[in-house]
Amino acid sequence: MRVLRNSNVVIALILVAAMVVIGLINPAFWQLSNIFSLLKANVVIGLMALGVLLIMISGGIDVSFTAFAIAAMYLVVRTMVAIDYDGVILPFIFATAIGGLLGLMNAGIIHKFHMIPLIVTLGTASLVRGLVLGGVGTSNVNIDEMPPSLIELGRANIVTLERANGTTFGLTAMILVYAALAILIHLVLTRTMIGRSVYAYGADPEAARRVGFKTGRTMIFVYCTAGALAGFAGLLHSSMSWLANPRGFVGLELDVIAAVVLGGCSIFGGRGSVIGTVLGVFILVMIQNSLILMGIDMTWQRVVVGGVLISAVAITALRDRRSPA
Amino acid sequence: MMKGNTRGTEAADGKGSGPGRFLIRARADTNIQLGIICILIIILMTALQPRMFLSSYNFESMAFFMPELVLLSIAMMIAMLTGGIDLSIVGVANLAGIAAGTLFGFLAGEAGVGGLGTGAVILGVGVGLIVGVLAGLVNGLLISGLKITPILATLGTGQVFIGLCVVLTGGPAIVGFPSGWTWIGNGKIASIPVPFLLFVVLCVALALLLERTSFGLRLKLIGTNPKAAVFAGIRKGRMILWSYMLTGALAAMAGILLSARVNAAKSDYGSSYLLQAVLIAVLAGTNPAGGRGNVLGVALAVAALTLLATGLQMMRVSNHLIDFVWGAFLIAVIALNSLSARKGL
Repeated sequence: MRVLRNSNVVIALILVAAMVVIGLINPAFWQLSNIFSLLKANVVIGLMALGVLLIMISGGIDVSFTAFAIAAMYLVVRTMVAIDYDGVILPFIFATAIGGLLGLMNAGIIHKFHMIPLIVTLGTASLVRGLVLGGVGTSNVNIDEMPPSLIELGRANIVTLERANGTTFGLTAMILVYAALAILIHLVLTRTMIGRSVYAYGADPEAARRVGFKTGRTMIFVYCTAGALAGFAGLLHSSMSWLANPRGFVGLELDVIAAVVLGGCSIFGGRGSVIGTVLGVFILVMIQNSLILMGIDMTWQRVVVGGVLISAVAITALRDRRSPA
Repeated sequence: MMKGNTRGTEAADGKGSGPGRFLIRARADTNIQLGIICILIIILMTALQPRMFLSSYNFESMAFFMPELVLLSIAMMIAMLTGGIDLSIVGVANLAGIAAGTLFGFLAGEAGVGGLGTGAVILGVGVGLIVGVLAGLVNGLLISGLKITPILATLGTGQVFIGLCVVLTGGPAIVGFPSGWTWIGNGKIASIPVPFLLFVVLCVALALLLERTSFGLRLKLIGTNPKAAVFAGIRKGRMILWSYMLTGALAAMAGILLSARVNAAKSDYGSSYLLQAVLIAVLAGTNPAGGRGNVLGVALAVAALTLLATGLQMMRVSNHLIDFVWGAFLIAVIALNSLSARKGL
């Protein structure tokens, strides 16, 4: 029974159980093309979830990262179109930097004015979205205008297979980017002082301060990283979908938060892991994408996501009350 | 205990824990400031757009659409009194309108909703309010029973409520309500808009409830110091349950007004109201960590923001930039509150 104490094992078991159930209802689930498209759908939500994981471990919450992702993505793509620039590395550096700077704004306001993160990020989200839509533009950058290099990147596959009817499908190479960043965040959280300070701050901010952690620095690290990851993920999304839509990502913050909570991150702060989050993201994306396979009407999607979030939150709340870590 | 809260209380800069007299003075100060802001905005907008802004039509239209925002903001404020928050209010509002609309469609059948009389409308209002109370009950049970943080609990239930709206309507808006229903949102009694009358009656009732009854006092005590409240013999869980049911009922009432005013109900109406309700509650001097908030302040803050918004719209500022202004406003209010509190200490 000791194994069951480990949240990640429990989450993995839930994942396997869900896969078996969905596979029994519709065996098409196990087709390689479906698994590949599921993995592809994991990338953008997963990258954002890594940032939200940091914030939730620190005891905060963020609803502004999707706005930051839009800002970074739309500004960079519009600039690339305007100056006719065609590259990959510089745009991603800029998108990451824009996200990071916006995250710095969150960190500054939350730390300086001691305000509840939810209210601050509600404000900055509205501010950034309003500025992008009102100041930069509301029109999509469609595939005919999108920089070819970004499209090329989004199309890159690790393996490409051929279906019986001659069409091809593949596993996106972006999954490697996601895996690399997940490992990096895992190492930072578990092996570095700044990573430990995030857990300490989440468990008890005052204690973290008295032990000697510079908590301002922790907040900057947490919110900047979340913003930077969101900015990066935003541009990646645009390159994978061949479209830059400044009105996109509305409501996605809830999916991401649900995934992180599903991954065993404590709603009270101080607990959470990258492995759990990666599993949580996979479960959420799988449930969402399998509704059609299971013959459930798409109108139920929001009810399902909300229900998943509530049950995940309730279970972690019960767990954390019984065993105060 | 909820960590977000304790941290917030530290940041509450002693305002909430000060002696009673200080509390009252601080509240009066905020309300006077809000009144002055209203007058300043009226003067500014009159100077910029004299013909349009001062027209009776402008003020009349504000009297029609302001009440729903006031109700949502008071709902948010009541959730904040106990140190919580309710992110599901817009979902509850839409669900109430859609539940009533679905009921009317069901009652009228093929005949069309035009033939439905007053009885059906009263039944519709009842159903809407019951939906709101039940939604609040779910929130309250999750928060006080399962000890889930209010943010995540209401984030999840809000999603479920909006999802139920989509399931009930299948996506598109429910258009066309009985004439008795639209009268609630568009009618007049002695040339005063009905929504405005409802708003005044509800505000007075809620102000009395929060200021003059032990219920209101106990709610504030829970927000000011949860531990002391429990030691003082207050049944915290039950009080929180009641407060979220009240929040749900108010949100449902706002939804009824909204659907009655626009003669339609849809799952994504009023999505920008959430941020505005939080902004108004904070602007009105409500302490999000709990313990402080009053109805008059909320009404004044809504008046200030509505005046500003209509003024900006008359100057043809895009709605996106108005969203930007709200966000910036919220951050500015947070900064000012924090700075003035630090000076006061």
